[in-house]
Amino acid sequence: MKLKKLMTATAATVSIALSAAVSAAETIKVGVLHSLSGTMAISETTLKDTVLMMIDEQNKKGGLLGKQLEAVVVDPASNWPLFAEKTRELLTKDKVDVIFGCWTSVSRKSVLPVIEELNGLLFYPVQYEGEESSKNVFYTGAAPNQQAIPAVDYLMEEIGVERWVLAGTDYVYPRTTNKILEAYLKAKGVDEKDIMINYTPFGHSDWQGIVSDIKKFGNEGKQTAVVSTVNGDANVPFYKELGNQGISAEDIPVVAFSVGEEELSGLDTAPLVGHLAAWNYFQSVEADVNEDFIAQWKKFAGKDRVTNDPMEATYIGFNMWTAAVEKAGTTDVDTVEQAMIGITSPNLTGGTAVMNKNHHLSKPVLIGEIQEDGQFEVVWETDGVVPGDAWSDYLPGSKDIVADWVEPIKCGNFNAKTAKCSGQNF
Amino acid sequence: MAASFISSLLTTDTSRREGLLSSRGGNLFLIILFSVTVLASIGNQLFPPGSPLHVDTYTITLLGKYLSYALLAMAVDIVWGYCGILSLGHGAFFALGGYGMGMYLMRQIGDRGVYGDPVLPDFMVFLNWSELPWFWQGFDSFPFAMLMVLLIPGLLAFVFGWLAFRSRVTGVYLSIMTQALTYALMLAFFRNEMGFGGNNGLTDFKDILGYDLQNDNTRVSLFIITACVLGGVYLLSQFILSSKFGRVIEAVRDAENRVRFVGFKTENYKVWLFVYSAIIAAIAGALYVPQVGIINPGEFAPLNSIEVVVWVAVGGRGLLYGAVLGALLVNFAKTQFTGILPEAWLFALGALFVGVTIFLPRGIVGLLSSWKKSNGGNA
Amino acid sequence: MELSWSEYPKFKRVPKRTAFSKNLVTAIILIATWISGVSCVQASDQPPETSFKELVDKMPSTKLKNLSKVVTDLEQESDPRLLPLFESLVEGKLYYVKSDKTVIMLNQELDDGKAFRATQVLDQTTIEHIAKSDIKKIRVNNKLRKQLRKAIAKLTLFSEDSNQRLAAVEKLMSDLNSENITLLKSAKESEQNNAVLEKMNLALNIALLDSNDKSIQKQAVKTLSGELHPSVRSRLNVILEQDANGEYLEDDKQLIALAESALVKIDGKLEFYGFIERVFFGLSLGSVLLLAAIGLSITFGVMGVINMAHGELLMLGAYTTYVIQTLMPNHIGLSIIIAIPAAFVVCGLVGIAIERGIIQFLKGRPLETLLATFGLSLILQQAVRSIFSPLNRQVSTPEWMSGALQINPGLALTYNRLYIIIFSLIVFAVLLLVMKKTALGLYVRAVSQNRDMAKAVGIRSDWVDAMTFGLGSGIAGVAGVALSQLTNVGPNLGQAYIIDSFMVVVFGGVGNLWGTLVGAFSLGVVNKFLEPVTGAVLAQILVLVFIVLFIQKRPRGLFPQKGRSAE
Repeated sequence: MKLKKLMTATAATVSIALSAAVSAAETIKVGVLHSLSGTMAISETTLKDTVLMMIDEQNKKGGLLGKQLEAVVVDPASNWPLFAEKTRELLTKDKVDVIFGCWTSVSRKSVLPVIEELNGLLFYPVQYEGEESSKNVFYTGAAPNQQAIPAVDYLMEEIGVERWVLAGTDYVYPRTTNKILEAYLKAKGVDEKDIMINYTPFGHSDWQGIVSDIKKFGNEGKQTAVVSTVNGDANVPFYKELGNQGISAEDIPVVAFSVGEEELSGLDTAPLVGHLAAWNYFQSVEADVNEDFIAQWKKFAGKDRVTNDPMEATYIGFNMWTAAVEKAGTTDVDTVEQAMIGITSPNLTGGTAVMNKNHHLSKPVLIGEIQEDGQFEVVWETDGVVPGDAWSDYLPGSKDIVADWVEPIKCGNFNAKTAKCSGQNF
Repeated sequence: MAASFISSLLTTDTSRREGLLSSRGGNLFLIILFSVTVLASIGNQLFPPGSPLHVDTYTITLLGKYLSYALLAMAVDIVWGYCGILSLGHGAFFALGGYGMGMYLMRQIGDRGVYGDPVLPDFMVFLNWSELPWFWQGFDSFPFAMLMVLLIPGLLAFVFGWLAFRSRVTGVYLSIMTQALTYALMLAFFRNEMGFGGNNGLTDFKDILGYDLQNDNTRVSLFIITACVLGGVYLLSQFILSSKFGRVIEAVRDAENRVRFVGFKTENYKVWLFVYSAIIAAIAGALYVPQVGIINPGEFAPLNSIEVVVWVAVGGRGLLYGAVLGALLVNFAKTQFTGILPEAWLFALGALFVGVTIFLPRGIVGLLSSWKKSNGGNA
Repeated sequence: MELSWSEYPKFKRVPKRTAFSKNLVTAIILIATWISGVSCVQASDQPPETSFKELVDKMPSTKLKNLSKVVTDLEQESDPRLLPLFESLVEGKLYYVKSDKTVIMLNQELDDGKAFRATQVLDQTTIEHIAKSDIKKIRVNNKLRKQLRKAIAKLTLFSEDSNQRLAAVEKLMSDLNSENITLLKSAKESEQNNAVLEKMNLALNIALLDSNDKSIQKQAVKTLSGELHPSVRSRLNVILEQDANGEYLEDDKQLIALAESALVKIDGKLEFYGFIERVFFGLSLGSVLLLAAIGLSITFGVMGVINMAHGELLMLGAYTTYVIQTLMPNHIGLSIIIAIPAAFVVCGLVGIAIERGIIQFLKGRPLETLLATFGLSLILQQAVRSIFSPLNRQVSTPEWMSGALQINPGLALTYNRLYIIIFSLIVFAVLLLVMKKTALGLYVRAVSQNRDMAKAVGIRSDWVDAMTFGLGSGIAGVAGVALSQLTNVGPNLGQAYIIDSFMVVVFGGVGNLWGTLVGAFSLGVVNKFLEPVTGAVLAQILVLVFIVLFIQKRPRGLFPQKGRSAE
């Protein structure tokens, strides 16, 4: 079955390539830089398929600037140095006009120097820790203030949480998010002793001790919640242990930032029901545009497949890029980069996404509760859209830094105090 | 074509010992290395892009990476092929060397980091560290950093080897211990508290010794340096292994107890060889990092170390250029394979492991030489 | 940075709190009076039948955010159908028929979950068969579940089932307002069951801690001294609250002293139980290590074969569990039991195939065996990825393995861990018996000690090798069944355990089953005691470094194999 999927995907790629070769002498090349093998393949393959689907769709509509789009798919194999190498290959050998790719922060960090050196264009579709704004990258996933902070606000205002467990996997995204949350909670008057921070390694599976500590921490009589930045594989044993030690979502809710529909699709959801997740998109959101997208996806990838937030980010990113290219009338990176700013495009939750001057999107933030069927029930949402904040106000190092890619600043990390723009690679 | 070249040179090499000493294969290896380096560099520098003879920077960087891997494979071959110590943890020395170079490169960024801090690398500012940890001191100086690149992995290898070989931990035990070593280091480097950038590692390097890392000239220079180091290390190792020391080492491989009974302190020989090999691996790491632009704890993963062993096994262990050949071939295959059929790569790699160990105990070079031998016999 | 927090958009609250608490109070009083037999409920204008029906009929069309209001209104109804309705809703078994919007409660799954047997809420009639596609679920969220559980607690305080009453008291304990106290007091009068009575007394005593009368408060503190229930501790901490200058808010010095000594007593007990809990965690981790390593101690320890694909055999065992479970989705508990022999057979056969196909050609070349089996592990991983997808597979936990054995409020042992500890010991004992008491065991020992001599006396050493390897692999498969209950079933399952299992075998002493047992449990316990001090990662690193150093000191492990086969 897997093989069949692979073959259809390959066939689709080939047919796109072929049809492009036949119909137009010149094509616009779109690089797809997602791991198709290795540990990240689970998540990233979906995004590759999404981009292929979007390209297919665009070509059916007659392409872009009268030319057909051509996908160039490479496999960086979850190997971070390979991401840099493949980016160089895409930009110098294949001469692609834009790249959609990366999932982990480290892969983006690896690609960054290359894409800046060769002046390419990258659309990065995953929620991340912020603290970055490159001229050559557009960040269509959530920044911490578009996921973590609204989630904490929800717990504080709606559930009345007073004690906080910040549990995460030990890497840069949880570290930064928890730093930001800690500062934010303290600013909101939460006492130091009411915050517990815990880090575990990747793929951690023995949660007994930590869950027991959380239980004790939550037994102090105040409403407690866990803000989880636990990554991928470690989540299932974590939720199972919570269930077994008798901690229900009603006692101590867990709000997660990396558990989405795709992750839930292979799980026994019983121990997870009622726990929360914060995203900018859920498959269950009722909107016409979402229903069309889901139908299109199921037709393209198979009827069992689900949609998720990074897919929405890819969808928005792709549509914005095509709009910007049409507006600019060229695929030249500098022109498109400037055209991108201020571009609007419908998101899948029925609203409109705007690309801001800092290369981040304005998005709504939704909180959903996990249901038995692996879907989310939206229980809360922000009133309007929240603009993505590249540099957090809650970290002392980045408080004064602004990203603004419009004249006269034109800088990804402009220090408002010293009025200096540091560390640019172009 | 290259294969027939090598095999033609192996015609008279009926014994490996002779091959090692007179080494027509080795000479050929040096000649090929030299010519590829010169041609690729000229192709990149003198011919404009678009010319059929132009070699683009992408290829140069790729070749530089392959050559660093080849150096690492040579390091593994020195201990495994010549002394029978199967190290499944050479990736650790490679990565440590890489981190040494990475730390130097990080310090060179200076105030050009995103936060503009003159001293602290970005990830430290980001974790609210107020000052540079003690173990980062001095890495702004290139000679000091290079000294550390050699010293730290060398010291680790010495301590580990001294403990292990003195208590006569050998064979598979040693292999498993080396694997545990690199695994423990990987876990440690993943921790953000360690001060090495955690999972993200060290990246966004700007320049080395004042030369811009993104400049084509710098890249070509790095590639040439790597090639020269590979050639130099080859000659030096050749010299060491064909000396008396080398003969004892080979004797240890074949019958350690007898050597010991004859009166040699075998553990000393093994420790020094292990240290030498670790230092070569570290140099390979230090050359690798500026060319690929990132070092992160993933390099410590046990799988990486084991993969190196397979390169050596494929090429042919017990011959230094065999290891180089193996590293180049497997990596080239990997680049091609993952491009065409990503899912099949692990099948292919796995089959390679199984096939080579069962059918090709002496690797490709061994196969070529025996094939040549039988051919020569017929002629 | 681009946006200061004052400009941040205002948040909209989706589920609006209505006059919820006010209604709740009314509801409680009404229900309380109804339950205690005072029949004054009929005082409302509307007859209850109509309003109950009206409210239930409203449910399918009500949005989730307004459902809370409907439930609040329902709570005021004194209808016997209320409890099953609430229970179904909280368990997610309340559906409605799409065509006519009748609200139904699901009782039983039919046709592999494609249809159900259900009961209508209003007339309590049973629908024998209704297709899943014809019905739609009435969704609930946490807030509603919380509300429902409290309502259920009040409804079940007088239930027939003493366990239900116990749960009800426990639930009410978290919300001791005057209504609940009155309710508890009245329930206490008719209560016969000792356990329930005890818990009621505890609850009422906790309530007394808030009394305005100092002497009552002191008496309550004395009674509750040493009581482990978490609310006791948190209430005592409230008494001992200090202001910013470190002054007690409470004036009564005697009360403070009493509360402090009570707290010290509680904390002392908790510390003791915490220690026991840690030991249990350690043993549990140890049992996992033992299961992962025990097959290896046969193949590596006895045969001397380095099988790097051992982890993948664990993985195959876990996948066997998954396959068996998908074959019989309605009998989760049974499927686990069946999976044990199935996994043994599957992995045993794979093991024999590995031995015949690869290892026998590499006899006497342990390093090559290592490489070849490593290659094999890559192939197996990729095969599983291609067959089952790279995503983790879902293996459900049977009822009897979920939850915890509550020994006292300070100590609970989770059932899955408990069963796995026992299971690991059983596997160990069986293996020991096989090795010591059976002909196969005898042959295995003979071949491992002196192959040539064994051959000379007529043992088919090839056959013994294959059987031994099959046995070790089969045991790994059985271990995989246990692991499927603790961790993710995915292609990387094996890699997570391979290094640890080798460490355990080497540490315990190669060729010694008892060494593996002691090694596994001691490493588990050490790890769990280090964890709170150093964090999980550093604990793991320290244990690894310790073993590496230990092996340098004692190259043959804890219990070295005696005899001449050592070198």
